Amino acid sequence: MAVTTAGQTSSQEAAKASFLYRPEVRAVIYQLILLAGIVAFFWYIISNTIINLRRLGIASGFEFMSRTASFDISQTLIPYSAGSTYFTAFMVGLWNTVLVSVIGIVLATILGFIMGIARLSSNWLIARIGTIFVEVLRNIPLLLLLLFMYFAVLKSDLLPQVRNARELWFGSYISNRGINLPAPIFEPGFGYVMLAAILGLALAVGIGIWARRRRLLTGQPFPAFWVGVAVTVAIPLVVAVLMGRPMSFDYPVKGTFNFTGGFVLSPEFLALLAGLSVYTASFIAEAVRAGILAVSKGQKEAAAALGLAPNQALRLVVLPQAARVMIPPLTSNYLSLTKNSSLALAIAYPDLVAVTGTMLNNTGQAVEIILLTMAVYLTLSLLTSLLMNWFNARIALVER
Amino acid sequence: MDTQVAQGTIVTPNAGMNEPLPPPASLVGPLAWLRQNLFSSIGNTVLTILGLLLIYAILKPFLDWAIFSAVWSGPDGSVCRVEGTGACWPFVFAKFGQFMYGRFPDAERWRVNLTYALALAGVVPLMIPSVPGKMWNAVYVFIIFPIMAYWLLTGGIFGLPIVETQYWGGLLITLVVATVGITMSFPIGIILALGRRSKMPLVKWCSIAFIEFVRGVPLITILFMSSVMLPLFLEHGTNPDKLLRALIGVSLFAGAYMAETVRGGLQAIPRGQVEAAEALGLSYGKTMGLVVLPQALKHVIPNIVSEFIGLFKDTSLVLIIGLFDLLGIVQQNMQGDAKWFAPSTPMTGYVFAGLIFWVFCFGMSRYSQFMERKLNTSHR
Amino acid sequence: MKSIKIVGLAALVALGGATGALAQAKTLEAVKARGTLLCGVGPAAPGFSNPDDKGNWVGFDVDYCRALAVAIFNDPAKVTFKPLTSKERFTALQSGEVDLLSRTTTWTMSRDSSLGLTFAGTMFYDGQGFMVKKSLGVKAAKELNGASICLQTGTTTELNVSDFFRTNKITYKPVLFEKSDEVTAAYDSGRCDAITNDRSGLASDQVKLKAPADSVLLPDIISKEPLGPVVRQGDSQFFTVTKWVYFALLNAEELGVTSANADEMAKSTNPEIKRLLGTEGDFGKGIGIANDWALQIVKKVGNYAEIYDRNFGAKSPVQIARGANELWTKGGLQYAPPIR
Repeated sequence: MAVTTAGQTSSQEAAKASFLYRPEVRAVIYQLILLAGIVAFFWYIISNTIINLRRLGIASGFEFMSRTASFDISQTLIPYSAGSTYFTAFMVGLWNTVLVSVIGIVLATILGFIMGIARLSSNWLIARIGTIFVEVLRNIPLLLLLLFMYFAVLKSDLLPQVRNARELWFGSYISNRGINLPAPIFEPGFGYVMLAAILGLALAVGIGIWARRRRLLTGQPFPAFWVGVAVTVAIPLVVAVLMGRPMSFDYPVKGTFNFTGGFVLSPEFLALLAGLSVYTASFIAEAVRAGILAVSKGQKEAAAALGLAPNQALRLVVLPQAARVMIPPLTSNYLSLTKNSSLALAIAYPDLVAVTGTMLNNTGQAVEIILLTMAVYLTLSLLTSLLMNWFNARIALVER
Repeated sequence: MDTQVAQGTIVTPNAGMNEPLPPPASLVGPLAWLRQNLFSSIGNTVLTILGLLLIYAILKPFLDWAIFSAVWSGPDGSVCRVEGTGACWPFVFAKFGQFMYGRFPDAERWRVNLTYALALAGVVPLMIPSVPGKMWNAVYVFIIFPIMAYWLLTGGIFGLPIVETQYWGGLLITLVVATVGITMSFPIGIILALGRRSKMPLVKWCSIAFIEFVRGVPLITILFMSSVMLPLFLEHGTNPDKLLRALIGVSLFAGAYMAETVRGGLQAIPRGQVEAAEALGLSYGKTMGLVVLPQALKHVIPNIVSEFIGLFKDTSLVLIIGLFDLLGIVQQNMQGDAKWFAPSTPMTGYVFAGLIFWVFCFGMSRYSQFMERKLNTSHR
Repeated sequence: MKSIKIVGLAALVALGGATGALAQAKTLEAVKARGTLLCGVGPAAPGFSNPDDKGNWVGFDVDYCRALAVAIFNDPAKVTFKPLTSKERFTALQSGEVDLLSRTTTWTMSRDSSLGLTFAGTMFYDGQGFMVKKSLGVKAAKELNGASICLQTGTTTELNVSDFFRTNKITYKPVLFEKSDEVTAAYDSGRCDAITNDRSGLASDQVKLKAPADSVLLPDIISKEPLGPVVRQGDSQFFTVTKWVYFALLNAEELGVTSANADEMAKSTNPEIKRLLGTEGDFGKGIGIANDWALQIVKKVGNYAEIYDRNFGAKSPVQIARGANELWTKGGLQYAPPIR
């Protein structure tokens, strides 16, 4: 009995001695140290910032957002004038970023797929063109590409001066002030056309579902895609004619300085869009190529053996499988395109960073404005990730 | 046996008949190659023709601009202002020193060159897998060289005059930002990657928060933060150098990306390695430092190189916060120096800067591909 | 891998050495202790501040900083110029990266109040104007309805032009750039019909154009732009020095003291000149600098007229008439309180 007690005591002592060596205890200690470090770090930074701001007499808080901005922005998707608030200006910048990112993503994807598939073409020349496109664009800085597109192209007399603007089709013009396009004007009755368009689209989707079901049942193919396109275009067109064409165009007309009327795609927007799209396309092309190469050769051979034409094999067999491999790199490319759109400020496109830069300058409230800008980009990144994850999940479901 | 059979074949009366015929002309030779690779079908022929037209449409004006109607010598921009002339190369020749060194004093430029030479002496053997003594090589590249480079470039020691960072510029800044960024990104990235895989929730979530935050925002906002807000964060009177502030921003940025690269490498290491190390009684630090990380990092060398390529390209963003890297100084010279104004000057400047960036990045990407092949054969 | 961590630390320590010297709240003492004045200037504004072919800074704003350096160190070379864009300038000053801005900065109420800055005076009276291509045939700013206008972001220019067009109920298309070089480059290429800037700024922009003679300044002046040196609030000693260096330049011109005759004038019996040049009274000591400060400034940098002529006179690339910047005795606005 006595022996047992002694044994217990000694093991308790041993436990005490090794208390500090137990992994769980250490983990807690390490984390406490880290927590203390983080708290100290933030305390240091925040207290310094507060002291500095107070010492410099810089105001803080977000009240400035409701003050009058009193500066102009060259491209506004939402109503904005110099009399609007800083908040509205912020939103203008945000929408400009979203606009260029979304269109950039679409263009980069299209071009990237073309170039990625081109690199794998059996045609030697086409494959080389694809390779050169990728290797040239991937290895130069995006900023350089943007500045090149903007300053070099603008200044090298490749584009005519606005006074000698070249006329393109349908009354649109191109010059070094951008591309001027006719703007549609919707007259009463256009609502019916819109309704018809929605109807057409719904019908197209219906045809698609029906064609798919029929193919699964009978194996008969049906050109659902083209019929769908035809339906979507034809129905609103017929309605438009019946309604007596309830839409007219506001054509750009040469004014004293610029074109008046219509709407303009500014050179800043075009340069940014072109730069972002081709740069990102070179990365997407690589992702596409890697994705296609990841599909085993047997799949292609099996498709050929089943009598599918090469483009059918690509579309129906290879790409759906390659998509699974491609989605993660595509996602990260879309994210970087969105973030890279912030380089807009180097070429005078009023994106979020450019507009907030002006705000920062006029209010001096750097901390609030930079944090807000970062928060917006984080949100945009998060949204893109979520969307792509959802798409990824869908693809995975179709697969298995 | 074989020989006999072979001999037997040779002695057959109709020897000439049995000699292998050359393949039909339609299968070999340049013509056949053309047919197979360019004109195998109508669709392919159309593509080839379109491709040729595209190449012609791009290459002809470019070559014409860059070589045939380019100006190659001249005292100032007036020779380039002549109607119909192409690239203005004398601009690049005249400004070459500035593009390479910025406003680093002429008399001190040997210090920059010496730094480059020292860097090459360390990095080249490190990059060639067959050269022995990697350990000491790494010590040189990562410890001795940075200290020597710092002394050489900033001066103030051994009687070297001090060159303030505001005089640095051009390719020098580009290389300094990129190399410091990538070097600093290693410790930051490794700590964050290990942190992200840690079992301690606080460590894990702090790492995740930092990594995802930095990766979620554009580099330019981080540069703004480090250049505009850093002075506000510090005690009054601490004024880090402008270049140093950019370096801090770039290092944190590169660190977050490096963390994800390293994490990829860590995931590739089988669990058994850690368990074996633990069974041998190695501490966490030794397990990671001696067993896991060396393997993990070796796996991701190609990714690290592409990370470096990305960072090298991203350094051009420092021009937005007012540092004159290669791109910045080219732009400043073509827009700010009236002597060289000509319609083709900007294009010439950008093409030159693009060429330099391209040579560096393309070279590195080739190296990364080489390493990838090398690693593939040794592991699989 | 251990080595890598050590490297990181080593690099960090090495970099840490590059951090600037500590600055105390007392700017003047900090400057003296540092041995050089940190002066924020514009990166490329011919006439105001511009590195010459050899990389030496020259210009009106630069000369003011040299004068200040003479007042503090009796040496015009003891100043380090930090080129700052419009956007970075205020944070650079607020954070102590520079001791003062001498950088075509417009004195406004909000900058005095919410940015924590103090203007030492109006070194240069200016107003915002427009520059257009002669071929457009525009005679007045109000004719610019619908025009594209290039300008630099982060300046009062941006706000003034917006006000001007709003007041006159006409429209324009702004094209905003970060750097003044980009503005002139874009205007040169035909991206916009006009540039708007301070008129002095336009004069220096014009020099940077491909064909300066093809452009013309419009007569309209749409704003008041008093430009001057800026210091941080709350340091009255340094503020006083900056203010009085400017006043000394004006007083020297008014009293006819030039770099050529300064030593002779020091022997003058005129009490006003004696007080200025430090042969009578302890005015320099009173603000923490040498008593012969003004004498040295004039000898080494010149008086206001000399500085103006050097940078905007007939022999300089950027020519701007004195106009409102004449002394008050000659019908201008430049007026300095007496040294007494």
